[in-house]
Amino acid sequence: MVTTVTSFGRSGVFDWLYQRVTAVVLAAYTLFIVGFIFLTDDFGYQAWSALFQNFWMRIFSLVALLSVVVHAWIGLWSVVTDYLTNRMMGPKATVLRVLAQSVLGAVAVIYTVWGIQILWGV
Amino acid sequence: MLKVSIYRYNPETDKAPYMQDYELDTQGKDLMVLDVLEMLKAEDSTLSFRRSCREGVCGSDGMNISGRNGLACTTPLSEAAPKGKLVLRPLPGLPVIRDLVVDMEQFYEQYKKIEPYLQNDTPAPAIERLQSPEDREKLDGLYECILCACCSTACPSFWWNPDKFIGPAGLLQAYRFLADTRDTATDERLSNLDDPFSVFRCHGIQNCVNVCPKGLNPTRAIGHIRNMLLTRAV
Repeated sequence: MVTTVTSFGRSGVFDWLYQRVTAVVLAAYTLFIVGFIFLTDDFGYQAWSALFQNFWMRIFSLVALLSVVVHAWIGLWSVVTDYLTNRMMGPKATVLRVLAQSVLGAVAVIYTVWGIQILWGV
Repeated sequence: MLKVSIYRYNPETDKAPYMQDYELDTQGKDLMVLDVLEMLKAEDSTLSFRRSCREGVCGSDGMNISGRNGLACTTPLSEAAPKGKLVLRPLPGLPVIRDLVVDMEQFYEQYKKIEPYLQNDTPAPAIERLQSPEDREKLDGLYECILCACCSTACPSFWWNPDKFIGPAGLLQAYRFLADTRDTATDERLSNLDDPFSVFRCHGIQNCVNVCPKGLNPTRAIGHIRNMLLTRAV
């Protein structure tokens, strides 16, 4: 059993499941948006604005945004713990890894807050 | 004439590894790669490699043969050097002791972690623990592993995290005991695997399936372990 504290759910099966669930959400959101753009007659600012006035569209967008954050954290955490390791680069890897994960965390929080502001600001 | 290029490294005399070229007259025969190595060693006794059974059972002569991991004793030249050039390197990712001989410590450490022995806490019967033919069939495709390390050393996840990721060979064996109806330690075994590294570093690229000299499928076994972990967790 390998103990880690910075993985998303601290359990392999939890992270694995969340990455797949968020992928399904993102696929559904992408299909919906692409479908909306191509299937709406007279697509433009009015249609786009009306779409995002809808409460459920805002909720759907928020869920998609949170899915991006979770999906990205799990994926990039895997990348960072593959390549930025003490085994590959010596003791400095720990500092780099903490730094990289802090930046990722900060970006995730900023995008989430900013996204909510945009969604409920339109 | 067969051209052979072999990875050479003797840490006592060489500063860095290098490739040494040999030429060998195979007299048109479709020899096994191990035969080629034996013939070359007869001429150059400093050449080092592991071998034992020479029939694909012991798993000693796993190496990288023209870019693909395999057993030297069961890989014919027609497959490994169709254009008359054979390139031999040690198994990738493991520390080299000398020439084609690698240090298997990390590989065995991972194997040890999965506790590769039957565990049963019920009183032992007078003769043996019987199993139905159907239950015994569940172990087919799992027990045949010879621990040659061809699969684990073909896996990038094992290259990056050989101290944390069990690797395909270890996980195939982990499932061999999870699937065994006589084993009663299923829950403890699963608990030991439920972290982001041990099983879940497998991204299913199937290099292990591609190289296994025994034709086994570690990716499928890993999928079964994942399903067992998932069933237990949700």
